[in-house]
Amino acid sequence: MTATKAPTEPPSQQRVVRRPGDRIFAGAAKGSGIFILLVLAGVAAFLISEAIPALTASSEEIPGGEGLASYIWPLIVGTLLGALLALVVATPLAVGIALYITYYAPRRIAATMGYVIDLLAAIPSVVYGFWGLAVLAPQLVPFHVWAADNLSWIPLFDGPASTSGRTMLTVGLVLAVMILPIISAIAREVFSQAPALHREAALALGATRWEMIKMAVLPYGKSGVIAGAMLGLGRALGETMAVAIVLSGGAGATINLISNSNPSTIASNIALRFPEATGLGVNTLIASGLVLFLITLAVNMLARWVVNRRADFSGAN
Amino acid sequence: MSTDTQSAPQLSEPQPGPVRVQRKLPRFAPLGLFVLGIALGAALSAATGFSVTSTVIYGVILGTLLVYVVTRAVEGRRKATDRLVTCLVTTAFGIAMIPLVSLVYTVLDKGLARFDGDFFGMSMFRVVGEGGGAYHAIIGTLIITLVATAISVPIGLFTAIYLVEYGTGRLKKAITFFVDVMTGIPSIVAGLFAFALFTLLFGNSFRAGIMGAVALSVLMIPVVVRSCEEVLKLVPNELREASFALGVPKWRTVVRVVLPTAIAGLGTGITLSVARVVGETAPLLITVGLITGTNLNPFDGRMATLPVFAFYQLTQPGTATQAFIDRAWTAALVLIIFVMALNILARLISRFFAPKTGR
Amino acid sequence: MAKRIEVSDLNIYYGNFLAVEGVNVSIEPRSITALIGPSGCGKSTFLRSLNRMHEVLPGARVEGKVVMDGQDLYGGDVDPVDVRRQIGMVFQRPNPFPTMSIYDNVIAGNRLNSKRMKKSDTDELVEKSLRGANLWNEVKDRLDRPGSSLSGGQQQRLCIARAIAVEPDVLLMDEPCSALDPISTLAIEDLMAELKERFTIVIVTHNMQQAARVSEQTGFFNLNGVGQPGRLIEFNPTEKIFSNPDQKATEDYISGRFG
Repeated sequence: MTATKAPTEPPSQQRVVRRPGDRIFAGAAKGSGIFILLVLAGVAAFLISEAIPALTASSEEIPGGEGLASYIWPLIVGTLLGALLALVVATPLAVGIALYITYYAPRRIAATMGYVIDLLAAIPSVVYGFWGLAVLAPQLVPFHVWAADNLSWIPLFDGPASTSGRTMLTVGLVLAVMILPIISAIAREVFSQAPALHREAALALGATRWEMIKMAVLPYGKSGVIAGAMLGLGRALGETMAVAIVLSGGAGATINLISNSNPSTIASNIALRFPEATGLGVNTLIASGLVLFLITLAVNMLARWVVNRRADFSGAN
Repeated sequence: MSTDTQSAPQLSEPQPGPVRVQRKLPRFAPLGLFVLGIALGAALSAATGFSVTSTVIYGVILGTLLVYVVTRAVEGRRKATDRLVTCLVTTAFGIAMIPLVSLVYTVLDKGLARFDGDFFGMSMFRVVGEGGGAYHAIIGTLIITLVATAISVPIGLFTAIYLVEYGTGRLKKAITFFVDVMTGIPSIVAGLFAFALFTLLFGNSFRAGIMGAVALSVLMIPVVVRSCEEVLKLVPNELREASFALGVPKWRTVVRVVLPTAIAGLGTGITLSVARVVGETAPLLITVGLITGTNLNPFDGRMATLPVFAFYQLTQPGTATQAFIDRAWTAALVLIIFVMALNILARLISRFFAPKTGR
Repeated sequence: MAKRIEVSDLNIYYGNFLAVEGVNVSIEPRSITALIGPSGCGKSTFLRSLNRMHEVLPGARVEGKVVMDGQDLYGGDVDPVDVRRQIGMVFQRPNPFPTMSIYDNVIAGNRLNSKRMKKSDTDELVEKSLRGANLWNEVKDRLDRPGSSLSGGQQQRLCIARAIAVEPDVLLMDEPCSALDPISTLAIEDLMAELKERFTIVIVTHNMQQAARVSEQTGFFNLNGVGQPGRLIEFNPTEKIFSNPDQKATEDYISGRFG
């Protein structure tokens, strides 16, 4: 339709005069953006270059003497186990909290309650570690004993029960507390954005509050909750200090949650061994860090993809 | 769901006459029933050897059941389900409060033991047992956080300006995406990056505060970008146009109109990003390590930082074990105070720097 | 200092979309020229192209010539920033800078460009501009209050004061009264009658009575359909447009049979 009587090809871009100030400022802004991309590329490149000696070394040289794969494997199991446990515990709780704050709590104090939950995210992870070690672990010992007595037919509770409570179970619960505010913050946001029209329509039909939520809020917020859970999972996978302090790790791969011999996690293993590591030990740890980087990268990209897909849909109508 | 709602009137109690009277519980009945449940829980707990934990667990379960059963008997199934969910989500919120309260209480309880002048005035230089303090670690944390902020804020702010004011096409999309990805980098990986970077540049044994600052920057930059971007987007386009129409170049418009208008949000976002990294432990543990004395030069030698100090005091106590553990908890307390102070500061900034409408 | 603007064969694009096509018009100095037409017909786009404000949107560009006193505003070596200093603009919604006082808002054009001025000179400029915008008497006691503390009509006059403080040759007004009540509208129309002694004024308006009341020349924009480019259908003295227009489309629009 441009071709009414205008030339068929679009007119060429005009030459725009730009002041030096504008050019410098725009350049600085663009440069910063590009710098961030370079940093991210640098993170990957430096990790790879420092991991290569471990990747190419013969298996006897790797700490443990059985090669890189069998060094990292228990760590991957431990990392996934702790993070998944945290996710399973935290997600329903976070959804409950988000619902409570958005639709149940008295209006006047709801914002404050949201702020209080956000404070959970502000507490440094090392402090969570202290708390997990000093408070939660001893508190959970009776549960460990009970689970070993009554639930040992489930592989997760195979036992024997730990006497210190410094187990994968405790770690998973500490991680659950840490990712709770992340998931609930996102869930809160999507729940509060549920179309008022739908909510009021449901209430006008005589639905109870729960029926209204089930009809108008949860379907709308589902993908948001999934994305929030993925982000929480990413955080739990990479969490270091809380695990390093609470867990008495170092054993082989096992899914037994309540015994004294637990696999360590990648992140906490690096934190605990790195200060004393030398030579190829350093490279091995960096190689394990690379694996962690890739795992969290995949999880986070998946989460962002879910978020963006949802944004596309909600923007369309 | 829909069948449920529609068939409900028929399901409810058959009432004689044309007017349907709904049987209802008194307003405070659910709360009363719940409290009764708690009391029963306490009794049950007492019967099996009393403890607070079991009282709460039994109490909440019994209370919820009681509310559900009584409501179901009197008001019907739908109302009962509604009450049940109310109990569940309230309990979820309560459960989340337990760790927060317990954590704050524990840290205060154990941390106040050494919350004294020495802790803030002395380092651990030539201290092997009792006494000593975290002066060197507090200074180290301040220096490293300050350097990290000095690196992150210009880069983050300029990137946000690029994304909002200049960015177009693929580069903008790529930066937005990778900033999101960067938000998810585990802190320990950021530490490994800084370590690898400086090892390649300066050799294996190089240690300096700047390594930690670079690692923290990797964690901080994406947070700064995201929060600043959100805030800059909120500045009305009309103000930019007003400025352009007065013959003001774009860069001056950004610096003199857009940034001042957004200053409250920018200040809040940046303060919160500082709060996010001030308690980071892992990247500092593997880069700057720990020393017992005070090092003011971030470009040479190891430095002590508060989180790492706390970690080692707790996990590697020396001969006087209790003294080490006390110092660890006090360090944790000071760390929480730092983070909370930054959070409060962020709120104050957003309150006092908000544009004055005058109405 | 008021100047004539000659527009010839002007095409305005957003990306590959031709928004306004083939505008030829001569805007007289020291007069008010009104642009009317239905929504989306490109009259605001045309107005914004006169001081190169439309370029702010990514992908927007023009073909053709806009010549002010012999100088092509779209010449290869012309800085859009300089164009905007000569041709000021007032927008639909009053937009005083929220971070600045009334005083600072008036001299924003100078201050944002870090132009050094003596205190006595700025005081004088502020008073002169506010008097020029018929606002001085209302705000002279509270110049340090934020600009957003004024009423809508006062804010719009503050924006006019801000625009004339940089002493442009031409003043563009994009529906300046559409967000205001009738009394404020009247105040602005009176003000325009005074301002035309010093400036060339071009105003876009949806209000045909307003165009009839204030302007000497009127241009009527229209478009054949959605997705088609807008065109200048007729440009004539206001009296003629409203009594005996050349074009049937203009007459239909004026008499309310259209749009």
